[in-house]
Amino acid sequence: MLRLPKFQVAAPDSVAEAVALLEQHGEDALVIAGGTDLVPNMKHELFTPELVVSLANIRKLRGIKQAEEGGLTIGAMSTLSDVAASEQVRDGAPALAQAASLVAGPQLRQMGTLGGNVMLDTRCQWYNQTYFWRDALGFCLKKDGTLCHVVAGGNKCVAAASNDTAPALMTLAATLVFEGTGGQREIPIHELFLADGIYNKKVRGEILTAVRIPALAPGHRGAYGKLRERGSIDFPLFGVAARLDVAADETVAYASLAAVALQARPVLLKRSAESLLGLRPGTRDFERGVDEAAELAYRQCRPLDNVPGDSDWRHEMVPVYVRRTLLAALEGSGPVHHV
Amino acid sequence: MRVSRLNVNGDTFEVAAPEHWTLLEVLRYRMGLIGSKQGCDKGDCGACTVLMDGKPVLSCLTLAALAEGVEVTTIEGLLPAQISAGGAGTDPVQEAFHRCGALQCGFCQPGMILSARALLNENPTPSRQEIRNALAGNLCRCTGYTQIVQAIELAIAEATGGEPENPSWSPGENPWKISHTSPEDLEKAEPT
Ligand SMILES: Cc1cc2nc3c(=O)[nH]c(=O)nc-3n(C[C@H](O)[C@H](O)[C@H](O)COP(=O)(O)OP(=O)(O)OC[C@H]3O[C@@H](n4cnc5c(N)ncnc54)[C@H](O)[C@@H]3O)c2cc1C
Ligand code: SF4
Ligand code: FES
Ligand code: FES
Repeated sequence: MLRLPKFQVAAPDSVAEAVALLEQHGEDALVIAGGTDLVPNMKHELFTPELVVSLANIRKLRGIKQAEEGGLTIGAMSTLSDVAASEQVRDGAPALAQAASLVAGPQLRQMGTLGGNVMLDTRCQWYNQTYFWRDALGFCLKKDGTLCHVVAGGNKCVAAASNDTAPALMTLAATLVFEGTGGQREIPIHELFLADGIYNKKVRGEILTAVRIPALAPGHRGAYGKLRERGSIDFPLFGVAARLDVAADETVAYASLAAVALQARPVLLKRSAESLLGLRPGTRDFERGVDEAAELAYRQCRPLDNVPGDSDWRHEMVPVYVRRTLLAALEGSGPVHHV
Repeated sequence: MRVSRLNVNGDTFEVAAPEHWTLLEVLRYRMGLIGSKQGCDKGDCGACTVLMDGKPVLSCLTLAALAEGVEVTTIEGLLPAQISAGGAGTDPVQEAFHRCGALQCGFCQPGMILSARALLNENPTPSRQEIRNALAGNLCRCTGYTQIVQAIELAIAEATGGEPENPSWSPGENPWKISHTSPEDLEKAEPT
């Protein structure tokens, strides 16, 4: 039995009211969407807010719409199961639909939201534990303690971004709409994340209202690959999203790769993706390009002992997953997972 | 303390509980509905699964204060729902679990049955892979899952009047012709 610390619950009907509550209560208030990350974290006494502000009653935060200027606008409170099942998302952002379909298990996808997934706290095997467990270990830098158990002598938290949809949204060049007391702003998703495991986002105290995905280039192909030990429930031990835009002359006009479950920030694998540019799928050159992309990803991605799973094994699986996910994107198949 | 108006198993209840309690705690420790199990209490195991507006969710991660305005169904609600829908006795999924011995300790069973019930309401003839996907958030530490899938396939076969093409049980032990046990039969079977 894991009891929650005491708090009050507010469930306002509008973003304006929610934002006002967050400002009024400052650090003592936290937003709750589906609660599938926040509630376990509160049970572990990682967060002990006095007020929890639910977004569940704000109707305009739900729904997936075709945007006027092309592309999709997905309300932050859309559930992961709705995102995964949506025809619009499957057609207009295949990597996102695939990533959402592999988050946790069915009940958690039914509860968990896209907004909550983007805003997910970083994870670490020394951190996502009960108070009793963490106390027995002498705590750690991220919460209640002074040292890091992952990087010996480290003075910086390297807890891992573990949100499956983040790399998919990065390859799609999605933007995020935030609303705060100062009004509304829109930022590209790759600018949201910081290399700080304690809090890996640039935005604080604002509400993510929508995720916007630009219209796809013709010939867009996308897929998501996820390494985990069990076929369900588990967070990613490594996750990679792949995008290839195949032009009319059948060469790769644009490529993007992004990975998660490494360090505090989901990372774009720029050089790796660039090795595919201009190549024509089906040729030896393209095969060599895929080999090179996998090799460069292997060099750039260095899994740490922050999340479970042997980090050497996770490292060896990086090129395997990059290669398979690129090929799945090309074939229009995926998601890629071995269990 | 907060008074929440909860709709559980077709009835409306006003329940007073501390504001930070989960739906699972309110069900178990205020309403006496202990069918929903408190396993890991942090989202891993699915033993606390209930249906909210027909969809399986985890009551250990749902705040009771935020469960107003939706229809909650717990394992205790399946029999009355079955009877009010004109059926006889227990829900066919429950019945099939019983007949297939789809349990050992039984701790996972309420969650398993509710996930299966939600699946069959949405798709009355799922494939074996669809059944396995639907149960992917319910862990069982005892049965090995075979009889659980078998029970659901039995319930499907009975409801559709067919027999699964490729049953997960071996032909000699096909459990599928055994008749339903109605509550009256159960009463008759009570030792006097
Ligand atoms: C057993 C288990 C397995 C899991 N497996 C995975 C997995 O494989 N992959 C994965 O990615 N996740 C996984 N999760 C985590 C979680 O279920 C998902 O990430 C989910 O999408 C979180 O969404 P939520 O709506 O429940 O977020 P919440 O828990 O409600 O919120 C998460 C965080 O985001 C903030 N937040 C939420 N919405 C907003 C908003 N609109 N604006 C501003 N801030 C906001 C909250 O304040 C909180 O800090 C798992 C969780 C559990 C318990
Ligand atoms: S990386 Fe892990 S152990 Fe190190 S400070 Fe961050 S949470 Fe703590
Ligand atoms: S008790 Fe809720 S998931 Fe385990
Ligand atoms: S029967 Fe024991 S957990 Fe499933």
